[in-house]
Amino acid sequence: MNALDFNRRTFLVGAGATAGLTLGFSISDEALAQGATPEVNAWVVIRPDDTIVVRIGRQEMGQGTVTGLAQLVAEELEADWAKVTYEYPTPGQNVARKRVWGDFATSGSRGIRNSEKAMREGAAAARMMLLQAAADEWKVPVAEVSVAKGVITHKGSNRSTTYGKVAGAAAKLTPPTNPPLKDPKTWTIAGKPLKRLAQDGKVNGKQVYSIDFQAPGLLNAAVKDCPIWGGSLKSFDAAAAEKMPGVKKVLKIENAVVVVADTWWRAKTALDAVKIEYDSGKSANLDSKAIDDMLNEGLGATEAFIGNQSGDVQAAIKGAARMVEATYSMPYQNHAPMEPMNSTARWTADKCEVWTSTQNGEAALATTSQAAGLPLDKCEVYRMDLGGGFGRRATSQDYVRQSVLIAKEMPGQQIKLIWSREEDQLRGCYHPITKCKMTGSLDKDGNLTGLHMRISGQSILATIRPEALDKGRDPATFQGLNAGGAEGAIGYTIPNILVDHAMRNPPVRPGFWRGVNNNQNAIYLECFMDELAKEAGIDALEFRRKLMKNHPKHLAVLNAVAEKGGWGKPAEKGVFRGLAQHMGYGSYVAACAEVSVNDAGTLKVHRIVAATDCGHAVNPAQIERQIEGSFAYGLGAAMFQEITIKGGKVVEENFDSYPILRMDDMPAVESIIAPTGGFWGGVGEPTIFVAAPAVLNAIFAATGKRVRNMPIKNTDLRKA
Amino acid sequence: MAKLNINGKTLDVNAEPDTPLLWAIREQLGLTGTKYGCGVAQCGACTVYVDGEPVRSCSLPISAINATQKIITIEGASGKIVEAVQKAWLEHDVPQCGYCQSGQILAAASLIKAKPSPTDEDINREMSNICRCGTYNRIRTAIKQAAAAVRGA
Repeated sequence: MNALDFNRRTFLVGAGATAGLTLGFSISDEALAQGATPEVNAWVVIRPDDTIVVRIGRQEMGQGTVTGLAQLVAEELEADWAKVTYEYPTPGQNVARKRVWGDFATSGSRGIRNSEKAMREGAAAARMMLLQAAADEWKVPVAEVSVAKGVITHKGSNRSTTYGKVAGAAAKLTPPTNPPLKDPKTWTIAGKPLKRLAQDGKVNGKQVYSIDFQAPGLLNAAVKDCPIWGGSLKSFDAAAAEKMPGVKKVLKIENAVVVVADTWWRAKTALDAVKIEYDSGKSANLDSKAIDDMLNEGLGATEAFIGNQSGDVQAAIKGAARMVEATYSMPYQNHAPMEPMNSTARWTADKCEVWTSTQNGEAALATTSQAAGLPLDKCEVYRMDLGGGFGRRATSQDYVRQSVLIAKEMPGQQIKLIWSREEDQLRGCYHPITKCKMTGSLDKDGNLTGLHMRISGQSILATIRPEALDKGRDPATFQGLNAGGAEGAIGYTIPNILVDHAMRNPPVRPGFWRGVNNNQNAIYLECFMDELAKEAGIDALEFRRKLMKNHPKHLAVLNAVAEKGGWGKPAEKGVFRGLAQHMGYGSYVAACAEVSVNDAGTLKVHRIVAATDCGHAVNPAQIERQIEGSFAYGLGAAMFQEITIKGGKVVEENFDSYPILRMDDMPAVESIIAPTGGFWGGVGEPTIFVAAPAVLNAIFAATGKRVRNMPIKNTDLRKA
Repeated sequence: MAKLNINGKTLDVNAEPDTPLLWAIREQLGLTGTKYGCGVAQCGACTVYVDGEPVRSCSLPISAINATQKIITIEGASGKIVEAVQKAWLEHDVPQCGYCQSGQILAAASLIKAKPSPTDEDINREMSNICRCGTYNRIRTAIKQAAAAVRGA
């Protein structure tokens, strides 16, 4: 499809109320002649009824990004917010138009911060074109026309019109270059705590997630991939399954056995009747103990990749008045979004189409093309709503690949692949496993003179994106521990510091799990800061403050939670507090947690005060929801989630053995949103970093027990 | 061929007797508001009403239900309490991804029916549905508001 052709078509896939939109049918030329709406530019379509359709490359998955981006566009456009809706361009359209919508990847808390400039400029350009079109029609200078809420006015002649009426003429104008943007201080739509777009379907059951995709003649597939990491499919006997009701075909797809049937339940039932044998390969003896041994070796290894080095840490430790040592660990964790992985595909020799929920439509399209054996321009991915992502649907498009390979076995047939919850647990992209040996040196006055963090364990990039390694080193391992930079700098000035990484990669697949490496790095560093403060006999807040003079933004959020959280003041009887701060994805975050531990050793997290400085706050109400949501996600992991390995296979196959935080464990959350301007930080992930260390520090205050190995449930918290 | 009474209509269901109600609802009847989350009655995304009681439909075979029992899904749920819950959900902008919310809403309406003035302890005990986005605090607030609206109506 060339650009001109594209301009004449309305979008096929969107999140608005338009029916039939997810089926990918082409709109006929007759339909177009009857009033399809041209775009003002790639970002903005304005219908004759003044509805503003914002086109968004990033993906909504519950985090509110789409609403925030639409607010930014509406702001620059001077639109009436009540008339704003949105739609998703497809990855194929993005390819055809030379990536006019930019990067679709929605991960790394970059949905807004890496799109705001292009989208605000697109909206500002559209506004200028719309005003110009009105001025041209009235034959008056554009400087004399103004706009408010999508209504254009020429005061001199007392005339007015609306965006919808001039959009067609505006679309024919040459777009301005470098349109000026508003000062965020003057925002009236962006920066406001508006409600989310498209919420109705989420309370009446009408929102269609990709698992809900329906079409006439659709078949369903169930899959069991080899559950042994490093193993392979040896053989299978499908004789019984093939005779079961509704079964169309039993297939081998790489190391997976697949049953295609008329319904998914029949496919799954038949799949359970297939006798499958696996070859464990080198993983027969791979278990959590063997992995722990591997990581322990790395803790003392002589060679390691350096992440942050200054001064001479070994000399500082040798000359220390007092030395503190501690080893921490973080297990594998699964994303477990509520909607299991799924993807629908149809393959023919000259076209492959996919309907799926993904955090990265462009990666899904590339995966489709590769699996289909067809060029990108013969493939298309229709983006559907996600029942959660958390990094799983960004790390790997493995489910998309499987669905295309299945469809290829039955040309022309549309087939929906759904993973069972068990498959989702067994074939995850897990939060990587690491341990960390912390060594700190104090002088006689309790000042921190040296810090060595030896991280041992898994690199995500080594498996998932090896091309991003830097001479074998995984820079992402050091998230939040870097000496500087806008993305994730350590908040302390320590005279002698060494942060290094002994990379040890078990064959269990790692992935980007909400917060990624910041999660364990914040636990390691912030809990150890408390250990050092205790050894120095100095209050944990004061101990940190002494090291944070050169890090005012880190310090400001820490001070904010300390003040609001009541640090230094008496807590309710039996309630104890803990602090933590960290920086990641461009944002500065801190938390003050309040916990109690009863005589039975049961932990209760009562309240967390959280602060974030994300530079610009596009929608404070949605940021609050991200803070709370990140705490639910992070605390559940810290308190009771771990993926363990036996015989190369994940042990925890469902929510009965992999518990998820529920209502009764959710603390009260008080958010301090303190944007200081001048930069754009993310909000989907950052606050998750500080939930666990603040709680762990509070547990120590409550019990005198230092929990160093996650999850917390593995430590007896009863007072000794 | 089984017969099920769903959302006020008696419908033929062409599925084996051990088919979970969830999959009959989703695949035989095409009602996709009821979600698959875990298949083992842990998460509550598949919650529907059978004769007014919330059940986890992923673990209830259709053979255990007869045609006289009234099944209500999110698409057919109505009445003062459910509508008050849906309204409160929108006012507090509760859903994030939204996937679990059909189940959360039906569970919440059941709670309010049983306990017109639910306490925090009632909510903690009865609202065991899983939400990975972490909307729990908004759910708590919305339940209290919906309950107050029902009481005041």
